[in-house]
Amino acid sequence: MATLDLASIGLKVGFEIHQQLATKTKLFCECSCSETDKYGYAFTRKLRPTQSELGIYDPAAVFEFKKMRTTKYYSAPGSSCLVEADEEPPHEVSKEALESALVFSLALRSRIVDEVHVMRKIVIDGSNTSGFQRTMLVANGGFVEIADKQGIKRVGVQTICLEEDAAKLISDGETAREYGLDRLGVPLVEIALEPISGTPEEMVQVALTLGRLLRASKRVARGLGSIRQDVNVSIQNGPVVEIKGVQQLDQLAKVIEHEAKRQHGLIMIADRIKAAGVSLEQIGDRLEDITNVFSQSDSSMVKKILSDKGAIFKAIRIRGFAGIIGFEPYLGIRLGKELGELVRFYGLGGVFHSDELPGYGIDEKQVKDVRDRLQASSRDAFVIVGGRQEIVEYAIQAIIQRLKAAMAGVPAETRAATSDGRTVFSRPRPGAARMYPETDIPTIPVSESMLEPLYGLVPKSWEQEINLLAAKYGLNRKLAEQVFDSDYLALFEEICSSQKADSKIQPTFVASKLTEDIVSLRRQKLDVSSLTEDMIREIFERLARGVITKESVPLVFEKLMKKEVGSVNDAISALGISVLTDAELDKALDKVIRDNMPAIKQKGMGSIGMLMGRSMAALKGRADGNRVNAMLKEKLEKLLASS
Amino acid sequence: MPESNGGYRGASYELLSAKGISVGDSIIIRTSDSEVAGLLMPRYESAGADHIVIKLKSGYNAGYEVSKIREIIKVPAQEGHQYQKLSNPIVASQVKDTLPQLALISTGGTIASKVDYRTGGVRAALTASELYSSVPELARYASIEPEMLLNEYSENLGPEQWTLIADKIAEKVRSGKYSGVLVSHGTDTMHYTASALSFALQNLPVPVVLVGAQRSSDRPSSDAALNLLGATIFAASSGLTGVFVSMHAGTSDDVIACHTGTRVRKNHTSRRDAFESIDASPVALIRGDSIEVQNPHPTGQIAVKNKAAYSVTGENFTARTRFDKRVALMKFYPGFDPSIISWAVSAGYRGIILEGTGLGHVSRACFPSLQAAINSGVLVCMTSQCIWGRVRMTVYDTGRDLLDMGVIPLSDMIPETAVVKAMWALANTKDLKEAKDIMQSNIAGEISRSIPI
Ligand SMILES: [Zn+2]
Repeated sequence: MATLDLASIGLKVGFEIHQQLATKTKLFCECSCSETDKYGYAFTRKLRPTQSELGIYDPAAVFEFKKMRTTKYYSAPGSSCLVEADEEPPHEVSKEALESALVFSLALRSRIVDEVHVMRKIVIDGSNTSGFQRTMLVANGGFVEIADKQGIKRVGVQTICLEEDAAKLISDGETAREYGLDRLGVPLVEIALEPISGTPEEMVQVALTLGRLLRASKRVARGLGSIRQDVNVSIQNGPVVEIKGVQQLDQLAKVIEHEAKRQHGLIMIADRIKAAGVSLEQIGDRLEDITNVFSQSDSSMVKKILSDKGAIFKAIRIRGFAGIIGFEPYLGIRLGKELGELVRFYGLGGVFHSDELPGYGIDEKQVKDVRDRLQASSRDAFVIVGGRQEIVEYAIQAIIQRLKAAMAGVPAETRAATSDGRTVFSRPRPGAARMYPETDIPTIPVSESMLEPLYGLVPKSWEQEINLLAAKYGLNRKLAEQVFDSDYLALFEEICSSQKADSKIQPTFVASKLTEDIVSLRRQKLDVSSLTEDMIREIFERLARGVITKESVPLVFEKLMKKEVGSVNDAISALGISVLTDAELDKALDKVIRDNMPAIKQKGMGSIGMLMGRSMAALKGRADGNRVNAMLKEKLEKLLASS
Repeated sequence: MPESNGGYRGASYELLSAKGISVGDSIIIRTSDSEVAGLLMPRYESAGADHIVIKLKSGYNAGYEVSKIREIIKVPAQEGHQYQKLSNPIVASQVKDTLPQLALISTGGTIASKVDYRTGGVRAALTASELYSSVPELARYASIEPEMLLNEYSENLGPEQWTLIADKIAEKVRSGKYSGVLVSHGTDTMHYTASALSFALQNLPVPVVLVGAQRSSDRPSSDAALNLLGATIFAASSGLTGVFVSMHAGTSDDVIACHTGTRVRKNHTSRRDAFESIDASPVALIRGDSIEVQNPHPTGQIAVKNKAAYSVTGENFTARTRFDKRVALMKFYPGFDPSIISWAVSAGYRGIILEGTGLGHVSRACFPSLQAAINSGVLVCMTSQCIWGRVRMTVYDTGRDLLDMGVIPLSDMIPETAVVKAMWALANTKDLKEAKDIMQSNIAGEISRSIPI
């Protein structure tokens, strides 16, 4: 298998950053932007694609429609109203949100349009109750300055748009999808950058810098899912693959690298197809229903598919393709895998190809029968797909199209980033965005007098913000950067400012708990979202009251992130870490002394270090170190004096 | 260059005229700090005159201020993105001719529309083929023959248009070709038109179903398709005759309610389920393929029709389609000025429908004006602004006094239905006594015998 030289393949990456704004209301109504997981009233809808001129539809849209999925929406009072339910026309664009978009445009020296027009961008997967996302172009052009080892370089801005966020996917079943309406309509700023070349690490620096600039404005939401990056990746001037849903920056470099490798692998596969001399017509030139060949199969996969009513298996002949579908130029990169991901889009699980058969419980005899039916020679390949008939028909067309596209190398498509840094097929690339004007909302002229007061709101640079933060709270630079880049800056400032003058809780302590401790727990794959800001507030409040010790803070974090308990109270009692009373501590230390009498007799006061260690271990953070030390010393002195 | 260029006026109109540029042209504009290319879009009349609108390649529209434009040039048109053609569009000729045939009369309010994503323009889908490709399921239930009669926002539809629509329906019914007639209608006044048709067209041999959309049909979430589908299923196979309104029963896209034409009212500005039956349950609910009849005999006139008698012209069918619009609907409110009543009388009004308080009351201050109106031969009737429930004018003194004066109580007739009925009654008789009798008899389900609990 080959190894990839990233520098030699003409890698280009364009970022599209979607940043939620921290506005009081949503973009088109007065609902609050706060997310919830407690829903009330629910209703169902079915979207259908609107016909464009001449009865022409987007094929992906037609497929979604054919599935005739029902979408169920859950609402929550306060965070959704008739506007989100698509039962009331949108209100005017939130002034606060538009102001933020304009401030960012000024900060990026982008050319603001003279009049903003709200558009409807068709989205019929159900994530918008209306069937479109409302979006408006605010500015074109401009640049973001990136500091790297060579100095300052500029990355061009293509567009800055203000748009509404989609509903939150709760579940995705075979026949119905469920969404929460709380996130629908939250204002987002979308900034698209010019494609750049460089190493994945340099690219991550671009995304990081832009994210920091937005955060420095203090106008953006923080927390999980508040910033999402779409990444457009191409190599050797090939088609652009759009990758959605990269949430963590530390995952970004990996995703880019994987996608570059995948695309290069596809080009190597295309070369092999060319070498085999296959022509387009030879792909899928014969289809056979082979349900009866498989009806006696012992394969559990086959059995499972056939147990569905109306399920069939069909085989597709691909002439001259033997060995190509299973060819793996890089580890994990092969056409067979691409086909598997593709049929999943159509809700099918079963796809097999001749390079992997016999296998999966499909035996020699059945493979031969399929070959005979298809009149396929040993130089030909075949693909078998099973499921409900009407879906299989769609999937077959899609498979043939995909294999034909393989001759050209990389198909333009939309892919999703996985949590382990790979990308998987999510849908065919939609055609040019299908947009038409949102006639319910008047156009908004942007005059110089409207921009005038906004110049003063252009955020300071990230550097300046870090220096200010470090000085204000006496943090070292690294900690200041960590807090600033984290989701907890506002919470950090709130906790620090709520401390009494004589508080022993220093900003440095708060900052390190909110960054280093949480990051290290996240690295252990624990769920950050189950440790809510309210819980963190409560933990520090208990610490301030002396109910728990500093040492216990990360233990409580961990307990909550493991979801073993649902409240701070339960975490503290489950851990048994509430601070000991003097009598309890007295008793506990007496036991440590008793257990270590031989050493005490031998070393006298010199044993205090060892005793301290044993005591702290036994107390599991239930008493402060200074207090333990003082009491231990007193006891030891008394003991030694009396003996 | 036409006088009006896509709604542009003032400075923008002059600039475009001078350069010979029209809406839809590919253009490039240069300002001191930018250059943009795209298509010139039309401008809404209500928007200002200082900007021109361009659709950029990305699909976004944006406005550019005329005073900032240094240069504007027209360039050859570019090919837009080509979408894949739908493999099997349903064409009208493929629809089985054994299916019930329905006439669809459109009056405005697009039930199906098309979007031109190149320009962002929206237009109504009007031919049968366009209708089937918008709502393919229709072809399973009926063969639909559309005809455009009017193209108006519903607030512009009044008594003259009711006559026009009723005459057109009568023509369709008398042709004997159709198992039912669908009428697409803007929703704002759909219940007035439904009432008008209910009185104008009696003993209908087939169902007449009005249908509209609360969300415009150019959006994927439109309720139009399901409303039309419900209306079609009901018209094609319910076996009920009369005039109905077919709209969403709830906010979900699952159940369509068919209401009696005289008992229905638009009770919400924007919700899909804005139309409700007042003092009655809907005639039927349509859930998927099935019609659940709730309330088949609200009047005695609407009867289950013999299935074998499809497309037969009803023997007793009558069309009396004229209306006299000299009827006022007056809502009483604290502080109501009785001189409005006197003015209406002097202006030649022949009827006044009062929307009184509670059980059917107006203030004592109105008594002299009302008495004068009645004495001069004006038909004065009482309905309630409570919308739900009957007027009952024998309970309190005020009600009894009004009755003594000659005010006619209209039971639980909806005020909007009452005003339409009075227009119809007065157009059909010159005799006040007869008009009063008509107002108080139940002709098309407008008076409920009993109101369900
Ligand atoms: Zn809302």
